[in-house]
Amino acid sequence: MGMTMTEKILARTSGAKTVSPGEIVVVDVDTCVFIDNSFFPVYWREMLKLANPDKIVVVFDHRVPASDRAAAAAHVVGRAFVKQFGIKRFHDVGRDVGISHVVVSDRAYALPGTVLVCADSHTCSGGAFNCAARGVGAPDMIYTGVTGKTWFRVGETVRYDITGKLNAGVTTKDVFLHIANAFGEHANQNVEFGGPGLQHLSINARRTIATMGAEISADFAIFEADDAVIDYVKSRNPAPFEPANPDADAVYKYRRELALNEMEPLVALPDAVLNNSVPVGKVAGEKIDQAFIGSCANGTLDDFSIAARVLNGRRVAEGVRLLITPGSQEIYREAVRAGYVQILVDAGAIVTNATCGACGGGHLGVLGPGETCITASTRNFKGRMGDPTARIYMGSPATVAASAIAGVITHPGEFTKEALV
Amino acid sequence: MSGNLVSARVWKFGDNINTDLMLPGDVHMATEEVQASRVFSANRPGWLAEMTPGDIIIGGKNYGTGSSRPASRSLRNIGIACVIADSVNSLFFRNCVNFGLLALECPGVSDLFTEEGQICEISLDNFTVRNKTTGKILNAQKVPANLLALMRGGGIYPVLEKEGFIAPMKARPAEAAAGH
Repeated sequence: MGMTMTEKILARTSGAKTVSPGEIVVVDVDTCVFIDNSFFPVYWREMLKLANPDKIVVVFDHRVPASDRAAAAAHVVGRAFVKQFGIKRFHDVGRDVGISHVVVSDRAYALPGTVLVCADSHTCSGGAFNCAARGVGAPDMIYTGVTGKTWFRVGETVRYDITGKLNAGVTTKDVFLHIANAFGEHANQNVEFGGPGLQHLSINARRTIATMGAEISADFAIFEADDAVIDYVKSRNPAPFEPANPDADAVYKYRRELALNEMEPLVALPDAVLNNSVPVGKVAGEKIDQAFIGSCANGTLDDFSIAARVLNGRRVAEGVRLLITPGSQEIYREAVRAGYVQILVDAGAIVTNATCGACGGGHLGVLGPGETCITASTRNFKGRMGDPTARIYMGSPATVAASAIAGVITHPGEFTKEALV
Repeated sequence: MSGNLVSARVWKFGDNINTDLMLPGDVHMATEEVQASRVFSANRPGWLAEMTPGDIIIGGKNYGTGSSRPASRSLRNIGIACVIADSVNSLFFRNCVNFGLLALECPGVSDLFTEEGQICEISLDNFTVRNKTTGKILNAQKVPANLLALMRGGGIYPVLEKEGFIAPMKARPAEAAAGH
């Protein structure tokens, strides 16, 4: 019996010939990514040894630069840990910092066919690179740090065959919202993506979908390793790897087509991602106070490009705050070089340093009581971005940029007629 | 909790109960005590005063969706004996193993309990969930013995400590309580 991509990677890394749904497997972890949250006293436990410091990556991302004294103290603990064990892949506040999943992408740390873990739910982002990457708990990270291993329960797999091409004004954020709306949660299931439409999606466009895999509760969200993935990884990381593409006779729980040409801009209504989206037109005219583009899902260079194309020569509406946060300082530099940042700040946007920032309500754009926000980030849970009475709509960066110009939720087609992806 | 029989009254929550509701972002970095004082404060203010240690939470589909934050630890710290749901997000389930909170997946359990306050009886010998009030019974999914032992034995830190992998817990500086 054939295996899915997820099953192949879990078999290979657990030393088994095959694995199948329902089994518990213990796997070798290739990459173990610690974030700044891990070093706060309420999470940190001092490790007395590490299985292999070269498998460890440390990225400060949720609260950079230190947003308060507690964050500053956590960063001190993190730096001491890096020094104690001689960890080479350390991304401190400065040139190489960013959101961990984005740094993992910039540096191609998520190697095709391997396992990567991090104590952040959006770690499934690495699935865009054919990597079995997923979020685990802080104690799991300590366990992996000291043993080099972790455990997974093998889930059933849902296969999405991507066909066609996206229409003007539509992005892969809309594709994700379609999946979440039409098919709902995928708890205890893996999602896998492939098919002829993949060639029309950039690595960044795929990363948006893989990252949002956490929002449908998928265990893993893995893309096939086509030439674009293999070339991308090889150009950034010299380490050897072996991709895991699916067997022709792999067994799927469901097999579904995603026809890109049938997608349209969607918006998730406040408080929930699942089964909660409508076409933008249904909520057009809803007044907003804040608009946000950023996070590990939508802080890519593609997202900057989309926002800049919509906002070029225009102004953010009076009374609206548009905040744009790059996923990494590397993306920030590229966005400056490409001229996007000039366009965005001329339009009245605040472009911040790379960090998780407003997405998690930690800093750099926290919402106040009764406010309304439209966001291109990871989730719109009640209270997520600040006060629990704030209402958070979630859409694509094009929809957010268009809404920021109009001051009310607006279809991106009002300001752009071009293909964005 | 002792023995393999757990019996307590239930509180019902719906589908897709997320981690931010159990552990709000503004106390994400605060002490365990502060975190525990805010469970379900956004969606069900006042519930903490009504529940008593030993109670059971009944969830619908996809319980615990969301972030990797230790929401399970807060439920353990307020004394929840068990979370039973139609399905459980796998990251939340991991954290139940990690922090020592009993969690069971039991398809149909959200319909088994028609009202809050009904008494739930769980057998961990044969993984059954019984509504003692109505007498109806369902099978839960079996949790492997090693994971069950961690859920019932305080999670993985005591094990790692015993094996010499991590240092004993240090007393936390009082200042950390001010963090967020």
